[in-house]
Amino acid sequence: MELKQEPHNGSAPAGAAVPPLRRIVIEAETAPIHVGDRIIDQEAFPDPADGALIDQEAESAWVEQRMRTEALSIAYGGKVAVNEVSLEVNSGEVLALIGPSGCGKTTLLRSLNRLVELTPAARRTGRIMLDGESVDEFDVTHLRSRVGMLFQQPNPFPMSIFDNVAYGLRERGSKRPRKKELEPIVVDALERAGLWDEVSKNLNHPALALSGGQQQRLCIARSLAVSPEVLLLDEPCSALDPISTAIIEETIVGLRSEVAIVIVTHNLQQASRVADRVAFMYLGDMVECGAAGQVFGAPLAERTKEYIGGGFG
Amino acid sequence: MSTETAKPPLSAKKPPAKRRPAKVESSWSIMDRIGLGLAWAAGISLCVVAGLIVVYMAYKGIQYVSWDMITSAPEASLDQSATGGFLDPILGTLLLTTIGIVIAIPIGVAVAVWLTEYGRPSGLARAVESGVEIVAGTPSIVLAIFGLLIFQQTFMGLFSFTAEGGAVFGRSFIAAGAMMSIVALPMIIGSTREALMSIPRHVREASYALGKDKATTIRRVLLPSARSGIATGATLGMGRIAGDTAIVVILLGASMTISPEGSGPFGLLKGTGSTLTSYVYNNSPAGEGNAPEKAYAAAFVLLLIVIVLNALVGLIGRRNKPQWN
Amino acid sequence: MIRDRTDRRVELLLGALASTILLLIAGMVIFVFLKGLPSFTHNGLAWFGGGGNVDEQLMNIFNSPANPDDYVYELRAWPLLYATALITFSAVVISTIFAVLSAIFIVEFAPLSIRRILEPVVRLLAAVPSVIYGLIGILVVVPWVHEHLISEERKESVAYVIQLDGTSILVGILILTIMICPIMIAIIVDALRSVPANWTQGAAALGVNRWRAMWTVSVRAARPAIVAAAVLASARALGEAIMLSMVAGSVGFAPNPLDGLTFFLEPARPLASTIVDNAEGLSVVPFGQTMYAFASILLVSSAFLSFGGWAARRSLSKYTLGAR
Repeated sequence: MELKQEPHNGSAPAGAAVPPLRRIVIEAETAPIHVGDRIIDQEAFPDPADGALIDQEAESAWVEQRMRTEALSIAYGGKVAVNEVSLEVNSGEVLALIGPSGCGKTTLLRSLNRLVELTPAARRTGRIMLDGESVDEFDVTHLRSRVGMLFQQPNPFPMSIFDNVAYGLRERGSKRPRKKELEPIVVDALERAGLWDEVSKNLNHPALALSGGQQQRLCIARSLAVSPEVLLLDEPCSALDPISTAIIEETIVGLRSEVAIVIVTHNLQQASRVADRVAFMYLGDMVECGAAGQVFGAPLAERTKEYIGGGFG
Repeated sequence: MSTETAKPPLSAKKPPAKRRPAKVESSWSIMDRIGLGLAWAAGISLCVVAGLIVVYMAYKGIQYVSWDMITSAPEASLDQSATGGFLDPILGTLLLTTIGIVIAIPIGVAVAVWLTEYGRPSGLARAVESGVEIVAGTPSIVLAIFGLLIFQQTFMGLFSFTAEGGAVFGRSFIAAGAMMSIVALPMIIGSTREALMSIPRHVREASYALGKDKATTIRRVLLPSARSGIATGATLGMGRIAGDTAIVVILLGASMTISPEGSGPFGLLKGTGSTLTSYVYNNSPAGEGNAPEKAYAAAFVLLLIVIVLNALVGLIGRRNKPQWN
Repeated sequence: MIRDRTDRRVELLLGALASTILLLIAGMVIFVFLKGLPSFTHNGLAWFGGGGNVDEQLMNIFNSPANPDDYVYELRAWPLLYATALITFSAVVISTIFAVLSAIFIVEFAPLSIRRILEPVVRLLAAVPSVIYGLIGILVVVPWVHEHLISEERKESVAYVIQLDGTSILVGILILTIMICPIMIAIIVDALRSVPANWTQGAAALGVNRWRAMWTVSVRAARPAIVAAAVLASARALGEAIMLSMVAGSVGFAPNPLDGLTFFLEPARPLASTIVDNAEGLSVVPFGQTMYAFASILLVSSAFLSFGGWAARRSLSKYTLGAR
C-alpha cells in the first residue's frame, strides 16, 4: 500500500502538534490485507463474523473515554436492530458510524441518550456506561443533558434565536435563570457553533427564518448551551447543501476537543473528512472499528472492503 | 479514501474533565409536579364525569323505555299512565332530519364545488366563505326567529297553515326543515370542500387530457370520489339537526302528534308536529309536562340515534378512503 | 368552443347559486338588525343599562295597545346582558383550562387503556344534544343544589328580591362547561398530536422532562388551535338557549356579587334563553322587535368573537411564519 503523503495541516509546522492518531497510522507497517492483488493472510486476523475487529493502536493519549457500550442489543418487536455491539466513545475524537441503510447505526446512536425508549416496541439488553456509571442508573432527563443530540432535519423551535439556544438552560430545574445570566452562555454557544457572526444582530428574530444550514448550526448551539459531554449527530448534513455541510463539518471537527462526538453518516467522504475513528456496521453487527485511515485505507474485513468500494449500500 | 483532508490539530492541552455527579436533584420542579398533578386530576375527573353521564343516561333510559313507548303515539290525557308513547316525536325527528338534509346536500355540494373548482371572482369567494362562517357561528335560536319572520309573510302562506283572517301560522315541517338545512349547510360545505381539495391535481388533468370539460369532470370524476366526504358532512349535519331543540320549539308548531295540514305528502310538510327534542323538553319540569320517565325514555332513544350517527361518521371515514397512487 | 360554453354556463349557474346563498345570509343579518332597530332607537343607550325589572318591562311591551303610536318599547336589558356575559365567560374560561389539562393528559400521560376508552367517549359527548344535558341538569343537579346548598336562611336573605329554587348560575355554568368541554378537548388533542415529532424529540434530547417539554413546546405550538377552540366554544355557549332556560332559571334577574356565596345560587337568564322563553309573543309587534334586538346583539357578539379569534391566532403565529 502506498504510504500516505505527509499530512498537510495548513496551520501546523511539520512534525509538531500532529495528532498522534495520524502519526500511528502513517507510520504503520503495511498491513497484509489490502485492496488489490496481494494475498490475504487469513490466519493473522480473526474471522469478521466472530466479532468486530478493533485496531487497538488507534487509542490515543489525548482521548478520554466518555461512554462505552457492552454487548448492547436492541430489538424492535422480533426484529434485531443492533446485535451485541461493544463500542467506546471518547472525548477528543470524532467517531463515525457508517453502514448501509437499516444496519442499525441510527438505533445504536439513539440508544446512547436513551431516546430509543420513545419508540414503544424497543427492547434493550446489554449495558451502556457514561463515565463509568450505567445510564439506567440515573434520571433519563439528566442523561440527556449530558449526552446531546442533533437530528437529520434541523428542528429549531418556533421561537426566537435567543430563546432557542437558552431553551435547555431555562427548562431544567426549578430556578429560571435570568436573561442576564443566560446571555454570556448563549453568545458562547453560538460562537462555538460558528453562527455568532451571522446572527449577533438579530437574536430576537424567529429561528425558523434562518436557512437550513444556519438552523442546523443553531441546533448545535442549542445543544452546546447545556454543556454536554457527548454530542450525537444523526446524519446532520444530509438535508443541507454542500456549503452548509462544509461549514458544519468544520464546526464539528473544531468541537471535538471539548465534546465527544459520534456522527452517523451514510456519506463515506464525509466520514473520511471528519472522523478520527470509524465503526462500520452491517445488519446490526459491528463489523469493524478502528482509526479512520486504517478502516478506509486498509479495511480488515471483507464486508468493509465491499462497502467502502461501493459494492453495496 | 486515501487522502486525508486537512484537519486542525487537537489542542495541546488535555481536555478538561467534566464530571458531574450521577444523581442530581430530580429534574422535576415544584411547578412541574403541580402541572402534572393537575393534568392527572383533569383526566381523572373527565373520566368520572363522562362515565357518570353515560351510565346514568343508560340506567334511566333502560329503566323507563319500553317497546310500547316507541310504537305508540302520544295522547292527551290527565292520567299519566295513559299519555301514550312517543312514536310521533320519533317520526318527527326522522322527517325533519330528512327534509333538512335533502335541502342542504344539493345546495351545500354546489357551493362547495363552486368554491373549490371555480371561485371567481376571488372577492366573491371570500365573501361566501365568510358568510358560511357566520352561519356556522349563528345560534340556532336566531335562525329560528328569522325563520319565523320569513315564513309568516303572506307570500309564504303556502308553506303552513293560514287562518281565515290571512294570518300565516308560519310553523310547519317545511319551515323548520328549511331552517335546519341552514344549520347543516356549513358542515356539508366544509366536508365536501376538504374532500375535493384532497383530490390531487393529476386526476383532474388526466380527465381534461381525455377531452372532458370541467363540468363533466366534476360530475363524473370528482364528485364520486368525494362521496365519503359528502357523506361525512351529511351525517354530521344530521346529528346536529336531530339534536336541535330551539328551531323545533319555535318553528314546528308544538302539536303532540303529527298533524298534517291538508292531504298527501305536501299536507304533511305543511303540518305541524313534534320531535324527540321538543318532547323531552316538554316533558321535563321546564315544559308543561310532568313526566320525567317519558323524558328519560325519549332522551335515551335520542341518544341512541346520535350515537349511531356518530359511529356512522367514523365508519364512512375509514372505509371509503379513496386511494390515490 | 362548445366545451368552453358549457363550462361557462355551469360556472355562472353555480356562481349564481353561491351568490344567492350569500345574499340570503346577508339578508338574514340585515333583516334581524332592521327588525330590532326600533327597540334600540326608542331606548337609546339606556337600552344597555339597568333599571327596573326587565321581566316587567317585557310584560308591558307585550301588552302594548294595538295602536302603533302607543307601542311600549321601554327596556333596560342589563340583567340579560350581564347574565349572558357572566355565564358565557365563566364557562369558556373554566372549560379552556380544563380542556388543555385534559388534552395534555390524554396525549402524554394517560395509560393506553384509559386513552383508548376516553377518546371515543369525548367525541361522543361532543355530539350529545343540549336538551339532554338540560334534562339531567333539571332532574338531578338542580334538586341536589336546592336540597344541599340552599338553606332556609339563604332563601330568607334574598327573599325580598328573588326566589332561590336551585335553578342558578352555578348549575348553568357547570353544565355549560361540561357541554362545551368535549369539543374543545377534541380540537386541542388533535392540535397537540400534530405538533411535529421533530420538536418534541428535540426537546426531549435536550434533557427537558415530559411535562416541561409538553408545556413549553407542544402546548405553545398549539396555541392558535386553543384559541380557535375557545372561540368555537364561546359561540356555542353564547347561543345556548334551551339548556340554560331549563337550569339557570327563567327569571330576568341580575345576580348580585355582594351577596357573597349566594351569588352563585341566584338564577339568571341569558339573551338566547330569553328569546326562546318568549317566542310565542313574537306576533305582538313591539315585542317581536325587542326579541330581534336581542338576536342582533347575539349576532354582533358572534362576529366579534370570530374576529377576535382570528386576530389572536395571527399574532400567535408570529414565530411560526418562517420557512416551515
